[in-house]
Amino acid sequence: MAKDSTKNTSCGDGEVCDPSKRDFMVLAANGLGVVGACTVAWPLIDSMNPSQDVLAQSSVEVDISSVQPGQQKKAMWRGKPIFVYRRTPQQIADANKVDVASLRDPQTDKERTKPNHEEWLVVVGVCTHLGCIPIVGEGEFGGWFCPCHGSQYDIAGRIRKGPAPQNLVVPPYEFINDKTIRIG
Amino acid sequence: MSDPLAPKAPQEKGIIGWINYRLPIFDFTKSLQDYLTPKNLNYFWSFGSIAGVCLMIQIITGIVLAMHYTPQTGHAFESVEHIMRDVNYGWLLRYTHAVGASMFFVTVYIHIFRAFYYGSYKNPRELLWFIGVIILLAMMAAAFMGYVLPWGQMSLWGATVITSFFDKIPVIGTAIGTWLRGGFSVDNATLNRFFALHYLVPFIILGLVVIHIWALHHHGSSNPTGVEVKSKKDVIPFHPYYTIKDCFGFGVFFIIFAIFIFFIPNYLGHPDNYIPADPMVTPPHIVPEWYFLPFYAILRSIPNAFLGVVAMFSSIAVLFFLPWLDTSKVRSGRYRPVFKVFFWVFLVDVLFLGFIGESPAEGWYVVGGRIATLYYFFHFLVLLPVIGKLETTRPVPASLSEAK
Repeated sequence: MAKDSTKNTSCGDGEVCDPSKRDFMVLAANGLGVVGACTVAWPLIDSMNPSQDVLAQSSVEVDISSVQPGQQKKAMWRGKPIFVYRRTPQQIADANKVDVASLRDPQTDKERTKPNHEEWLVVVGVCTHLGCIPIVGEGEFGGWFCPCHGSQYDIAGRIRKGPAPQNLVVPPYEFINDKTIRIG
Repeated sequence: MSDPLAPKAPQEKGIIGWINYRLPIFDFTKSLQDYLTPKNLNYFWSFGSIAGVCLMIQIITGIVLAMHYTPQTGHAFESVEHIMRDVNYGWLLRYTHAVGASMFFVTVYIHIFRAFYYGSYKNPRELLWFIGVIILLAMMAAAFMGYVLPWGQMSLWGATVITSFFDKIPVIGTAIGTWLRGGFSVDNATLNRFFALHYLVPFIILGLVVIHIWALHHHGSSNPTGVEVKSKKDVIPFHPYYTIKDCFGFGVFFIIFAIFIFFIPNYLGHPDNYIPADPMVTPPHIVPEWYFLPFYAILRSIPNAFLGVVAMFSSIAVLFFLPWLDTSKVRSGRYRPVFKVFFWVFLVDVLFLGFIGESPAEGWYVVGGRIATLYYFFHFLVLLPVIGKLETTRPVPASLSEAK
């Protein structure tokens, strides 16, 4: 090879003539390696997300025709219990009497029910504290009492006492007709 | 392992220095990088690293697959279909795992034939070779048990045939077979234990691989000339020279791997395994996976059931004696003109046995299989010892740096 074909003729055996070229190659190779590793890792990680059959369980229809006033029906939605409670006129009146401003998680009874279907309360039956299932008809407020850490909910499923931070969650649902609701 | 009284290097600065003073893990990784490697290794020496990559791929995809799989006869087949249809990227994980098994075997077979050709198993690397043969046996066990898990027709009947080998042992055979299956036929108990063992064996292989590499690094890699390294001129550090060379090999390997996964994922499998296991009906043509075919041919070539099993296990067991059966003073086949010819004949013989294993046991296939089986053992037990004694070898270079 002719001497003038290299830019820097002073570099000898074992020396790098243009270090920036090598740095570029190392950076480019490592960068591509990181991109490749992430691409390969994603299917492994994503496979642990809910599978299609689990996602397909995202809505469930519940027949509520047999529920009498003062009774609760339990349904299952996404592996969690749903409380469907048919309230008496007295209970609805009690729920509306509460001073909303004094609540930990202020919500009116109207915000937690569907218009013209105020007698039905539909909530996810999972305590917002640490995930236990509250017991119906117990506690000081006529609603639900969580046996794990003593959280107490009223007849609108609102947190009134105990460690839970929020009201029982109202899931997305709709009345298909007077006898059937679709949750999810 | 180390000597507590030995003087320690002073602690270096920084968090790495702090850790390294207490646990010299960075010294260890550096010693792997600086591992002095013969400078003349060809691409056949990349297959060891590729096999390591295969093992990691199998373990990683296998762990994730196990999260979605159910080892219960009523659910196993369905849970595999659930992986294929419902689990996010489940099809990719399963095809990678299934094709990965074939890729692992083809890699390891090339690795083994490289050792045959270049005499890598010779003194002082006999134990290195032994550990490799044990890894092969463990791989076969893992692959066989893994193939049973989808609980298709080939799973059930493959397991029935293989576990029946043990029934053929005189006197105590039936008791052993029943114990292995956990019942009188291959059923839920068998499936459950195969799943447990299929999860265990890869980690045993991983441990064996560590010992394999330990033994390798103790005397260093062999090389195409078969002449041991003698000076600094003969060696180069593993990193960056062989990390780069191996990475190129990985690239080519992954391209072939990807072609199988994305275009012909079931090419190496068997359609009958997409039929749920039925203990009342045997498929008309039972064939093991391609990587077992030569051994299956040896099994079938012996008319007596027990002796057939003995012959099949002997075809692996003979490998343990290889370092002493090959009597030649010259290591590499490169300088052994007669051995070189018979190496290729042996390779053709093994491929032919594979073809026979795939074919039905009838007509000339039976005779062909018997001749090929005979030749398999003839190669190890007669040809290798005799050629080693009688062959006139070509001159071996004084050092690998002087080899052309």
